[in-house]
Amino acid sequence: MIDQFQEIMDTLKKNKLRTTLTGLSVSWGIFILIILLGAGNGLKNGVMQNFSSRAVNRINLWSGTTSMPHNGLKSGRQLMFTENEVSAIQNQVAESRLITARYNTNQTIAYGTEYGTYGLRGVMPNFSDIEKLIIPPEKGRFINELDINDRNKVIVLDQKIVDVLFKNEDPLGKMVKVGQIMFKVVGINTKKEQFGGSNAYIPFSAAQAIYNPQRKFWQITFTVDGLTTEAQNDRFNESLRSMMGARLNFNPEDEQALYIHNAQSDYVETMKIFGGITLFVTIIGILTLIAGIVGVSNIMLVSVKERTREIGIRKAIGATPLSILKTIILESIFITTIFGYIGMMIGIGLTELINYFMVQAANGKPVTDEPQMSIFTNPTVDIGYAIFATIVLIIAGVIAGYLPARKAVRVQPIEAMRQE
Amino acid sequence: MIHIRQLHKSYHTEAISLHVLKGISLDIEAGEYVAVTGASGSGKSTLLNILGILDAYDAGDYHLNGTLIKNMSEREAAKYRNEMIGFVFQSFNLINFKNALENVALPLYYKKVSRKKRNIIAMEHLDKMGLRDWAHHMPNELSGGQKQRVAIARAMISGPKIILADEPTGALDSKTTLEVMDVLTNLNSEGITTIIVTHEKSVSDATNRIIHLKDGMIEYETRKNNGVHDTFPNVNMQLV
Repeated sequence: MIDQFQEIMDTLKKNKLRTTLTGLSVSWGIFILIILLGAGNGLKNGVMQNFSSRAVNRINLWSGTTSMPHNGLKSGRQLMFTENEVSAIQNQVAESRLITARYNTNQTIAYGTEYGTYGLRGVMPNFSDIEKLIIPPEKGRFINELDINDRNKVIVLDQKIVDVLFKNEDPLGKMVKVGQIMFKVVGINTKKEQFGGSNAYIPFSAAQAIYNPQRKFWQITFTVDGLTTEAQNDRFNESLRSMMGARLNFNPEDEQALYIHNAQSDYVETMKIFGGITLFVTIIGILTLIAGIVGVSNIMLVSVKERTREIGIRKAIGATPLSILKTIILESIFITTIFGYIGMMIGIGLTELINYFMVQAANGKPVTDEPQMSIFTNPTVDIGYAIFATIVLIIAGVIAGYLPARKAVRVQPIEAMRQE
Repeated sequence: MIHIRQLHKSYHTEAISLHVLKGISLDIEAGEYVAVTGASGSGKSTLLNILGILDAYDAGDYHLNGTLIKNMSEREAAKYRNEMIGFVFQSFNLINFKNALENVALPLYYKKVSRKKRNIIAMEHLDKMGLRDWAHHMPNELSGGQKQRVAIARAMISGPKIILADEPTGALDSKTTLEVMDVLTNLNSEGITTIIVTHEKSVSDATNRIIHLKDGMIEYETRKNNGVHDTFPNVNMQLV
């Protein structure tokens, strides 16, 4: 066995060009396959991540200004929501799940000698789930029902605000001054916001009581369930519009009276494109694999063909057909495995390296920088798939080496030796 | 040692069918020194290849050392070739990516002799051929005579009973021809049955028996008598 291995190594070493060419074709096939799959996965992951930063089944309502006369009222009326609309959506819209009213204002928030002007969001507890805020256990909590009921003067701050106001101090439990009112910090949101500046969140009830004596507001956000197709979403948007039209007294056709942003329908739309991308990447993957198989098979075929004479000589001096077949097959397994592994490792290495630099670049950005949005994230390949592809190529290489070898071995030695 | 009766062999291609050996009968005893001569296409190489089990025949019988060589599996044939027969070819047929020593040692690899041992034995055989200093040279660095001596060393290494040489001097000049013939004559004097296919008179004259083929049949045979070959008609020819 060891002797056979030495004989194989000898043959491979002394036929460097042939070995290298065969090996390179194997390495290259697997390398390209992994890079392409990595690129496809990167695209896929990028798109997925951009969606996962918020609930995808989220609907945003903004009240606007009417542009059509309706029911004897003239156009140009400014519409606003009240808490009744929130309960109406909650109770009458069957598809609705999590809901929050939103009162938005800007306030100066101060701690000690540090202060800044930030967006102040009066929201309900569900807001955290809808917008997928990130509050790790050691960073406190979000606003809860108790806070809403008792109108507690508690506040949750974005990490960026904490960095500015508190420097190295632990903000939890500390009091900050919002406008003229003191609020107690109960949580820190560590999610990096993609759009807009930093926000602080307070209970909606407290915001209404302190900053909004009219108790009217512009925005409601809620999630829906069971809307999977574009048609369903369109129908839903329409019925929502007519329901709100009846409540706020505007013509449902009046696009400017109510803005509906249905993320779900964006998602459905993107998923369609995305299905196309997945198909594209799969087809490319399969074609590359086939190209790899053809390449590997071809070089194996040529390499064995080239050795017909040598096979004849070996037979003339006493090699059995089996021993020759075994040698050739072991050789091709050896080459394809070693070089396949190298190709796989370089491919995986490169995709990981790209990923590393992308993550580095993202982390290296100052916290106040532009939104971190990318359509290319984690361009790596599942290791199981990489190994599968490598094994497929190895098997293809062995079969491609076996067939001509079997033919060469069956030829009478004298015939084989005549081949040049 | 070699007994052949009514041996026939044809080659078939799509275009033509060639009847190369047309019923050859022949006995060669152990230790003989034989030349097979004849014009190109007379079938002498084909006969040698069949004797060496490098090629199959169509009809007749071939007994080698008492064994009928017919419909033999490749595995058995390989064993016979390895243990009984040593080949020397016109074109040397050395493996070009192995050096002289490795080429000589190769038959022992198929006899499962350890690498160390077979290298020692191979070196002894190279030494016998006067090629000790060339052991680690590649075939393309050797002269024709050297290559042929390496090939002879390879043929001898597994201790064959028969040496089959197909135009062993065909690619060599006259001086080297003499050298190679000396080597073969020496081997024969050690008791190894030696059969040489040649069309060179100087080569056939060195042997003790000449079998001359014409159109796939034995035309005549001569044996050496007091150092000279005398001709006598072949049995086959009389039958025809």
